[in-house]
Amino acid sequence: MKNETLIPQLGVITDVRIDTPDIKTFRVVTPDGKKAFDHRPGQCAMLSIPGVGEAMFSITSSPTNTEYMEFSIKKCGCVTDWLHQAEPGQQITIRGPYGKPFPVDDVFAGRDLLFIAGGVGLAPLRSVINYCRHYRDRYGKIDIVYGSRSKDDLLDYKEIIEEWSTDSGVNVHLTIDNPQEGWDGHVGFVPNYVKELGFDTNKVAVLCGPPIMIKFTLEGLCSIGFEKTNVYTTLELRMKCGVGKCGRCNVGAKYVCKDGPVFRCDELDELPAEY
Amino acid sequence: MRKCSLDKIDLVFAQIAKNAALYLPVDQTDGSAAYKKWEEGTVWSGALNTVRSPKDFFFPQTEDLMRFKTEGKNIEIIDTRTEGEDFVVFGVRACDVKSFDILDRVFLSEPVDSFYANRRAHGVIVSLACTRPSETCFCKTFGIDPAEPAGDITAWKTETEIFFRANTEKGEQLLSKIAALTEDSDDAVVKAQKEQIGKIMDKLPLKNVTTDGFGGGKTDELFNRPEWDELSQSCLGCGTCTFVCPTCQCYDIKDFNTGNGVIRYRCWDSCMYSEFTRMAHGNNRLTQKERFRQRFMHKLVYYPENNDGLFSCVGCGRCLAKCPISMNIVKVMKKIGGETK
Amino acid sequence: MQKVTREQLLNKASELLSNGTVSCVLGWAAGEFDYDVTPKMFNCVEELNAGFVFNDFCGANVSKYLVARAGKCEGKILVFLKPCDTYSFNQLLTEHRFDREKVYAVGIPCEGMADIAKVKAVCGDGISSIDTTGEDMKVTTLYADAPVSVAAADVLAERCINCKSKKHVAYDELMGEEGDVIDSARFDEVARLEAMSPDERFAFWQNELSRCIRCNACRDACPACTCEKCVFDNPNSGVENKSPANSFEEKLFHIIRAFHVAGRCTDCGECSRVCPQNIPLHLLNRKFIKDINEFYGDYQAGAEVGSRAPLVNYTTEDLEPGEVFDRRDNNA
Repeated sequence: MKNETLIPQLGVITDVRIDTPDIKTFRVVTPDGKKAFDHRPGQCAMLSIPGVGEAMFSITSSPTNTEYMEFSIKKCGCVTDWLHQAEPGQQITIRGPYGKPFPVDDVFAGRDLLFIAGGVGLAPLRSVINYCRHYRDRYGKIDIVYGSRSKDDLLDYKEIIEEWSTDSGVNVHLTIDNPQEGWDGHVGFVPNYVKELGFDTNKVAVLCGPPIMIKFTLEGLCSIGFEKTNVYTTLELRMKCGVGKCGRCNVGAKYVCKDGPVFRCDELDELPAEY
Repeated sequence: MRKCSLDKIDLVFAQIAKNAALYLPVDQTDGSAAYKKWEEGTVWSGALNTVRSPKDFFFPQTEDLMRFKTEGKNIEIIDTRTEGEDFVVFGVRACDVKSFDILDRVFLSEPVDSFYANRRAHGVIVSLACTRPSETCFCKTFGIDPAEPAGDITAWKTETEIFFRANTEKGEQLLSKIAALTEDSDDAVVKAQKEQIGKIMDKLPLKNVTTDGFGGGKTDELFNRPEWDELSQSCLGCGTCTFVCPTCQCYDIKDFNTGNGVIRYRCWDSCMYSEFTRMAHGNNRLTQKERFRQRFMHKLVYYPENNDGLFSCVGCGRCLAKCPISMNIVKVMKKIGGETK
Repeated sequence: MQKVTREQLLNKASELLSNGTVSCVLGWAAGEFDYDVTPKMFNCVEELNAGFVFNDFCGANVSKYLVARAGKCEGKILVFLKPCDTYSFNQLLTEHRFDREKVYAVGIPCEGMADIAKVKAVCGDGISSIDTTGEDMKVTTLYADAPVSVAAADVLAERCINCKSKKHVAYDELMGEEGDVIDSARFDEVARLEAMSPDERFAFWQNELSRCIRCNACRDACPACTCEKCVFDNPNSGVENKSPANSFEEKLFHIIRAFHVAGRCTDCGECSRVCPQNIPLHLLNRKFIKDINEFYGDYQAGAEVGSRAPLVNYTTEDLEPGEVFDRRDNNA
């Protein structure tokens, strides 16, 4: 019988890291300890627990990690609730990779990059950030703006502080929504912070976060002179098949699972406003 | 071309059924027709068409995809797929045959849906020309000729005879199996019938429904048309149109816990349902207007944009006959696109 | 043929629109053919003139639309109600599903509505026109040389053959003469099913429900089904489903739905009218109505606003479950 993409393979959760009160990062390998499949930065995978359901998650780990995959998952529904109570050793199912990746090898090559994330929106960006850090000499300067509700809601905090912040040519700008004891960094919403920082408009910007943050940050970027053709984001809609057949994530002539989740912002303007 | 007397049609069915499961339209107790498996004594319906479309044969309303067994933290994935058995679908109308092309482009594009492909590979389609189209028929709008249906074999039925023409190798093979019951024929009778059908087609009330104004690249122009409000205002949000439609193919994947393992199955879904796009943290189509618009934009704009201009409607008229509030694609096309050709 | 004409209704609607009594009209719009009528909200006289229709095919019960519509436009909605529609109207009011103050109801007489399937059974397919203005229906088809005359009685919808009432139980204004509640034979078919052996009855429903495609049309058209979130749409309910995964679920949906509307169903018959697979769903509801009548005394949901259905109105005289059980044994 031919390969069937809807039939997943087995995965094992080998490590669960508590990132924030509602986000955990799960390390997944196959039962024989290998990485389930290769992927590109920005691509997704379908994870499922039989009897509970299946859901699409962006792969947080970099493709350059050849040992395992990581998924940073916010608790917000059936599947994620279940995953949050899972312990290492738990088997799950995994299929993928799905979707169009970030154009890291062509568009991004040689360019200064600006990554902007809000909350769990860092999850899909972590993959591409670490990919670009890995191939550091292929890219120009890297700026990362990351904000969340509070210090405790910052994802991958240890990695950000210990690895990203210490890289040469990588600038990390953190912000939280409201003042908090023990926080001497920037306070304020991401869109405003981006405007305050006032980046060179020749960069390629990559945006990910809650829809409202994307909307205002994109407006902010445009107001300081960014062209939409230089701004990328990722969409999230309900998905079931992951391969552009079940119809659920169809917006205009595009399927977010297959033609996305990565879109250039000027491409989004061509879609009906239904995402 | 081969022909056989209708007196012998049951012998033909019996002969076909020797080698493959044979399905054909049969009258049900409620007066409508449905595809049923032929067995001795089954009477072939004379109805124009079935309420359920033959898409069921390749994309059934529910089908198991796989099974799981779980024990503690461990999962076993059981691939329950089996190679399908050969079957013949007899009496498929031109519109419905065309619907298979439309479904093929979805399910047979990469990555190929093996469940659909398996059934498609094992199915032989014997189509049947229409002689008495209904007022709800508008297949011509989509370039379909009801007198020349595609399929592996095309059949034409008169009062007394049935004519067969093989169109594919599969069709040739099937025809050879019933060769002893059929005889060679010229196409004079069929030609005459085609002419007759042509005359009826010119009288159909929906003959002027046109696809002008629709097609790929029309999203901007059509998406925000004010007429969507009025067209959708009475929509009940049921799934009748999508479920009787031969080309609607959206599906859901769900898990069913049997108590002794989990069955992951898929079932038809409908973009008309409020739940279709709902996620844990929001829904991108909150109103029935948006959902209604999605269905028609998909058939008339999005699908053709991705499929070389092919529309995702075959003019079978099922939604015209079955919508509880009589709102349908013809009314949408006339209101949004205009009528004259 | 209906006693009240399209023109009379148009005049009434125009009058009420122009004197400011109402600001919009809930009625029926003409379709592609003479029979495919769509419920529609008309906002002005021009819209009414262009599209309003009233004929033997206006069976759709528009009262449920008031749940979504009443109060959404400025001023009142004019709604035309046939006698059976008024029962749904009252039942919806009893359940506080819309604001009575936002509605102006005009009761209109009904001579019974036609079933297009029956018309086609008599005249054949390929209908080009149906003239319903005369005593008999005149049907022109693509395949008959001359129009066929059909007696209206021969093509009446089942629910109209068994019409329970020509009396309007709710209106602000009545057109034509008031009719009476009818002692109809609507429970005869239920009695026939009751007389079957359990196996026969199971086979009957098995055959009927096997055609179900779970399109939800019955639920979505039903004036008693106005839950904001149906249990069958709720992924957390455990019974949410879009298709019959097996023959058990096929029946489960209809049985649960029948229970949910028991005591509230007015027997308007919309479920069976809209079913694309011609499943006689009304028989499930009628069985409940018949049982309620027999157990608790005659009760007609929607007959009056605010009445408490016997099933939600405990009295010490209520029969004991055991009596129901005994009765079942006697029947079987």
